[in-house]
Amino acid sequence: MAEFEEHDYDVIVIGAGGAGLRAAIEASASGARTALICKSLLGKAHTVMAEGGIAAALGNVYPEDNWQVHFRDTMRGGKMLNNWRMAQLHAQEAPARVLELENWGALFDRTQDGRILQRDFGGHRYARLAHVGDRTGLEMIRTLQQHAVHNGIDVYMECTIQRLLKDGDRIAGAVGYWRESGKLVLFNTKAVVLATGGVGKAFQITSNSWEYTGDGHSLAYSAGADLIDMECVQFHPTGMVWPPSVRGILVTEGVRGDGGTLKNSNDEQFMFNYITPYFAAETADNIDEAERWYDDKRNNRRTPNLLPRDEVARAINTEVKAGRGSPHGGVFLDIASRRTPEYIRRRLPSMYHQFKQLADVDITAVPMEVGPTMHYIMGGIRVDADSAASTVPGLYAAGECAGGMHGANRLGGNSLSDLLVFGRRAGISAAEYALGLGTAPSIARGEANASADEMLGYFDRRDGENPYTIQKELQDTMHSLVGIIRTKSELDEARSKVAEYAGRTKNAGVEGHRQYNPGWHLAMDLKSMLTVSEAIARAAEMRQESRGGHTRDDFPDPDPEWGKVNVVVRQGRDGDMQLVKEPLPQMPAELQALFEEAH
Amino acid sequence: MANYTMRVFRGEGGGGEYISYPVDVDEGQVVLDVIHTIQATVAPDLAVRWNCKAGKCGSCSAEVNGKPRLMCMTRMNLFDPAEGPITIAPMKTFPLIKDLVTDVSFNYEIAKTIPAFSPRPPGPDGTHRMMQEDIDRGQEFRKCIECFLCQDVCHVIRDHPENKPNFAGPRFFVRLAELDMHPLDTVDRLELARKDAGIGYCNITKCCTEVCPEDIHITDNAIIPLKERVADRYYDPLRWIGRKLKGK
Repeated sequence: MAEFEEHDYDVIVIGAGGAGLRAAIEASASGARTALICKSLLGKAHTVMAEGGIAAALGNVYPEDNWQVHFRDTMRGGKMLNNWRMAQLHAQEAPARVLELENWGALFDRTQDGRILQRDFGGHRYARLAHVGDRTGLEMIRTLQQHAVHNGIDVYMECTIQRLLKDGDRIAGAVGYWRESGKLVLFNTKAVVLATGGVGKAFQITSNSWEYTGDGHSLAYSAGADLIDMECVQFHPTGMVWPPSVRGILVTEGVRGDGGTLKNSNDEQFMFNYITPYFAAETADNIDEAERWYDDKRNNRRTPNLLPRDEVARAINTEVKAGRGSPHGGVFLDIASRRTPEYIRRRLPSMYHQFKQLADVDITAVPMEVGPTMHYIMGGIRVDADSAASTVPGLYAAGECAGGMHGANRLGGNSLSDLLVFGRRAGISAAEYALGLGTAPSIARGEANASADEMLGYFDRRDGENPYTIQKELQDTMHSLVGIIRTKSELDEARSKVAEYAGRTKNAGVEGHRQYNPGWHLAMDLKSMLTVSEAIARAAEMRQESRGGHTRDDFPDPDPEWGKVNVVVRQGRDGDMQLVKEPLPQMPAELQALFEEAH
Repeated sequence: MANYTMRVFRGEGGGGEYISYPVDVDEGQVVLDVIHTIQATVAPDLAVRWNCKAGKCGSCSAEVNGKPRLMCMTRMNLFDPAEGPITIAPMKTFPLIKDLVTDVSFNYEIAKTIPAFSPRPPGPDGTHRMMQEDIDRGQEFRKCIECFLCQDVCHVIRDHPENKPNFAGPRFFVRLAELDMHPLDTVDRLELARKDAGIGYCNITKCCTEVCPEDIHITDNAIIPLKERVADRYYDPLRWIGRKLKGK
C-alpha cells in the first residue's frame, strides 16, 4: 500500500497561471474550501511570459469598439470553428475583467486622459489590447497572485497531479507528488478545475516552458472527458531564430502592432503578397494605405503585417522555403528603421533587453530575425460555454487547456482575456457544484494505489532508457511531421512513432532518488505529452482540409463541410483513443447577422 | 564550439560538494543551457528550477562564479574557458533543498504579511483615472520578476540569518514603496515598513540594485524614499514631542 499525504477540499484548482488563479479566487470567494496546486513556484506559470496585452473592447482609444466587433474579429480569426457562445461571453465580459484587475492594483499604461491605453494587434479591428509595455502577463499574474494570497486559498507549490480519481461517473479526487520531497499526495475533493495551459514541450521549437506538457488535456482524457479541435495548433509567426539556444523564444506581436514590418532578404514587405480572399476586404493592399492606417483606422484598412497569426506564420514559412529568408533561417522584423529608439525602448522594453542580452542585437538599430514557433493549442477539453463544465461531472476547465473559445486560430491578446473570463466562470461553477453536492464522493483506493505504483515504478528500472532521449525524439517527430504544414503520410508516420515512444516510456528508468529529481519528473510528464501528441497527430490526419492553425499540404483549401464539425477525441471503453466528428453548436440568427454586414 | 568545465554544486540538506563536468558549448548558449546539457546527458537527477528561459519568470537564480545571476540570461561567452572552471552554486541566503534548488518560502511568507491593495472608490463612470507620469515609478517597481537575487545578496540576512524574522528584504521594500506610491491605494503601511519589515536595518550598500536583472533602482527609488517617509513620521523631533504629549 502506498503512503499518501491526504487533504480534503471542496474545489481543487490545478494550475496557477491566469486561469487557475482567477478560478481559485472566485471559488474561494464563493465559500468553497479551495486549494491551488501548481508545478512551479507561485507566480512563475506561463502567463508570466505573455507580452502584448489583454484584448477587451473598452473603447478607450476607439469609442466605436464594442463587444460585437470583438466577437466578430474573434470568430473570423478562428475561421468560424469557435464555440460561438464562448466567443460571445468572452467579448462581453473581458472589459469588466480588465477593470477588475485595475481595482486589484494592476497599473496599465495610460491614455492622455488617464484611462487604460489600448494597442493594435493582429486580427483586431481596433486598438484593443490593454497592456503594460510588453510585460502584460507579468502584471496580470502578479496582480492575481497578490490578490489571492489574502483570500484564504491554500497554495501547493511544486506539486504535480498525475491522475484524477472518480466515484462512479463524478470527480472524487486527485493524486500526485511533491516535487521537492517526491512524497505522494492525495486530494479528496468534490470538484476539480483544470487550468494547466498547453502542450508546447511536445514540440522542438516552442515559446513554451517545461511545464507545458499537456497535463490537463491528458488528465481530463483519462478521466473520460472529451477533447475537441486538437489538430488546431498555433505557430506564432515571430519567435527568435538565433542563436540556436534561444530558438523559439517569443517576440511579441506588439512589435508589429507598434509599427514593425516583416521583410524578406530582398527588403520586400512580403505580407502584401499573402492577403487571402477571406481577409481582402479589411486589409490594405498597398504600402501607402497600410502606413496611413496606423494613425487613421476609420478611412484605411489594416496592414497585412497584422493579419492573424496562422496567415503570417504560413507566409514566413513559404518565404524561407523559397530562399528569401534571413541568414539564420527566418525573416526580418524591422522596427528600427520605422520608430525612434526612445519609442521602441518605452513600448518594447523586454524585447529590447531580450535581444540585447541573448543575441547581441540592438533592435533600435537593426532588424530582428524571426521565424515561426509553436506557441499555443486552440484545442482542448470540451466545455459548456457558460459553466466551463467538461463532460465529466465535477470536472471544469479554463484557459489554454479548454477548447472551443478560439476555434481554428487564436487572435493575439485573446488568451489573457480568456483566462480571466473563463477562469472566473469555472471558479463560480465548481464552487456551486461542490457546495450543492448532497453527499461527498469517495475515492477508489485501488486507483490511487495503481497510480502510486506507476509513479514509483520508474525507480525499479534504473537501467531503463533515459527519458530525456525519448522526449528529444518526440519533439523532433512532432516538429518535422506534425508542424505548420501537414500531410497524410507524415501524420501516419508520426502516429506510429508516438506509439513507439509510448512503449519505450513504459520501460524508461530514472537515476537517483525521489527528492527533487528532474529525470523522474520528466518521465511522468512524458505520459501526458504522448497522449496529447497522439491526439494532435490523429485529429490532424482526420481533418481533411486546411483551416486556421491546421494546414494540410494534401488538402490545401478550407472545406465548408469540415467547417461545420469539431473533431472530438475521447478514450474508448477498451482504453484506445477514439475520434469522431460532431456538429458545431449553432449560432443564433442575431449573431449570424454580424457576419453578413459589409465590413 | 568551445570546451568549458562547469563546477556545479551537488548536494542536499546539510552538505554537498562541487562536481566538475566538462561540456561542449555552442555559440550563443547561456549557463542554463549548459546545466540542461549536463542534466540530459550525465546527471538526469541534477535539480534546477527554471521556466521561461527568457529572463521573465525569475526562477533560475543561482550564484555564477560567486555573483547572483539568472542562469538563463548569463551568456557563456562572458567567461573565458582558459581562466578555469565556472562555478555554479545555489543561492546562499536560502536553505538548500538539493543541488541548485533552495527553499525560498521565506519570501512567500513575507508576501502574506503585507496588507492588500485597497483602492479608493472609482470615478462617476465606474473607472479610475490615473496619469502616466503618476504611475511611471510604480510600473518600474512592478517589473520585479521575484527572482529573489536582491534578497540573496542582502548582507542583512545573507550574513545574519538571525535577522530574517525582523527583516523583509529589498524585494518587499520595493513592494511597500510601490503600494505607498500607488495613486489609488488607501492603506498606510509605514508602521509595517518601520517595525515588522525592519527597513532601518538596511544601510544602503546598493548590493540589491547591482544584481537586479530588471534594473530596478531598488535603493535610490524604493528604499531611500521609504526610509525618508518613515523618518519623517517617526523620527521628526516635533512629531516625536507631539506623540509624547499625547501619550502615544
